[in-house]
Amino acid sequence: MTLTLSRPRRMTVPRRSFVTKRNIPYLLVLPALLGFLVFKAYPILAAMYISLTTGAGGARSFVGLDNYVRLVNDPLFWTSLWNTGLILVVQVPIMLLFALLLALGLNSPLVRLRGLWRLGVFMPSLTGLVAYGVMFSVILRKDAGLLNWLLSLFGVDPIDWLGSPFWARIAIVIALTWHYTGYNAVIYLAGLQSIPKDLYEAAMVDGAGSVRRFWSITVPQLRPILLLTVVLSTIGTLQLFDEPFVLTGGGPDNSTLTISLYLYQNGFRYFDFGYAAAIAYALTLIVAGFGIAQMRMQKR
Amino acid sequence: MKGWTLTFVLAAVFGLCVGPFYWLAMAATHANSDIFSWPPKFYPGDQLAANTAKLEESIGLVNVLGNTLFVAVAQTAGAIVVSLLAGYAFAKFQFAGRNLFFVLLLSTLVIPGGVTIIPIFEMMNDIGLIDSFPALILPSLSVPFGIFLMRQSLLAIPDELLDAARVDGAGELRVLWRVVIPVMRPVLAALAVFLFLGAWNDFLWPLIALRTPEMYTLPVALATLQGLARTDFGQVMVGTAISSLPMMVLFLILQKQFISGLLAGATKG
Repeated sequence: MTLTLSRPRRMTVPRRSFVTKRNIPYLLVLPALLGFLVFKAYPILAAMYISLTTGAGGARSFVGLDNYVRLVNDPLFWTSLWNTGLILVVQVPIMLLFALLLALGLNSPLVRLRGLWRLGVFMPSLTGLVAYGVMFSVILRKDAGLLNWLLSLFGVDPIDWLGSPFWARIAIVIALTWHYTGYNAVIYLAGLQSIPKDLYEAAMVDGAGSVRRFWSITVPQLRPILLLTVVLSTIGTLQLFDEPFVLTGGGPDNSTLTISLYLYQNGFRYFDFGYAAAIAYALTLIVAGFGIAQMRMQKR
Repeated sequence: MKGWTLTFVLAAVFGLCVGPFYWLAMAATHANSDIFSWPPKFYPGDQLAANTAKLEESIGLVNVLGNTLFVAVAQTAGAIVVSLLAGYAFAKFQFAGRNLFFVLLLSTLVIPGGVTIIPIFEMMNDIGLIDSFPALILPSLSVPFGIFLMRQSLLAIPDELLDAARVDGAGELRVLWRVVIPVMRPVLAALAVFLFLGAWNDFLWPLIALRTPEMYTLPVALATLQGLARTDFGQVMVGTAISSLPMMVLFLILQKQFISGLLAGATKG
């Protein structure tokens, strides 16, 4: 120990080093490039090829667009598309509206203990898939489930959440909303807090009421963030997998089968990699299409 | 008056968000038969030790926790280094192919995870890495979002700061170590929290890539436990509580980093 301590510090005399100003950017970017090529670029191209084949491993044969033709004629694929679309159209607006209201509440100076409430509403978004699945499968039980207990306090009869096609979809919407509302609210809260105070003060001097201030200042100022969350939630919901996977397995009666779940079932239950890859590419097209359309709207 | 109404509404929302966690913690201390009693039990029982012991027996809790922690730490540390280095290159250096690589990197953000999972599985299978920790760690080292976040934050550092160190005779590595990293510390912390959260909770890929129970991470072990015909929910609840708890504690300590990490995640598009 004493030896190392007493050793004189090395002088920073320029020294021929392996790392030079000329090669350093390449060295810096190399690990990322390798990871990108091996685990992103190659798999993306390989999946494209796999989607044109059938069979697995050595016994794979090229079948052209057969998988895509099968996809278009597959009623289950259309069911999964319909379910995903339905959940998207119902869940995203509800959740974002809740999130906005929640953010407005959390931002109001009239409210006590704001920090505590913010802490709590953010917590669900930290939960991992499995923990979340276990919790909700128990919460949503028909007998002795937490949700039915809560509803019973208001005189509502027990609901068979995961047993009927209608209620299973509602259950997915409830679970999704619980999971992500707080997260979106915290994003909105950051947006609200970055709106300059003097805009509101000026409006108050001009005699604008609180409703007027909300529509003429808050909404326009939040617009970019609102659009961002719409895009993110849409893309996320199009790829919806977690909730149906852990709660319903796609049932009952395929009422909660989503595109990503159908992809997983074909790939890792039936080991039909070719067909799963075709579904994955169909999903990519849908996601990219929505993404581009919404970005266009954002620019306008 | 209005303030109190609003406060009450927010407290109710808080209850809906936190209530399930509280109930989970309580359920972990009750026996299987008591967990589904009516009305639900909102007070602690005395079965926590028994449930934990059963969980250790059925999944090897200590081993599984070790696996999870090792994989999550390795993945986070590796991805942080890769992101920082690449972000630094993109922000502060000119090099051939820079813009092309950057655009390609970002364009993969819109591609669903389902696309790459099958080829990566086949690749890992071919080179014999299935059922190993490298199979879990390696694919998550080059994270486009992390690289993007680092680049954006590094762009804000003035070039003069780096040049001043160079004029003083510091080599490139020394500039990175002594100037760049200290300035970047808050952003690195936010990214680390974000990556660790993802790695700790990661489920689908470990489920596919792991075979033997000794290798399982906590989410995979819990899922297999829950899938058993006669599930003992006492131990499942303990396992679930243990898998959520570290994140809650980390969150309480590192609130700021969590929120800025997740907000950065939101603006990645």
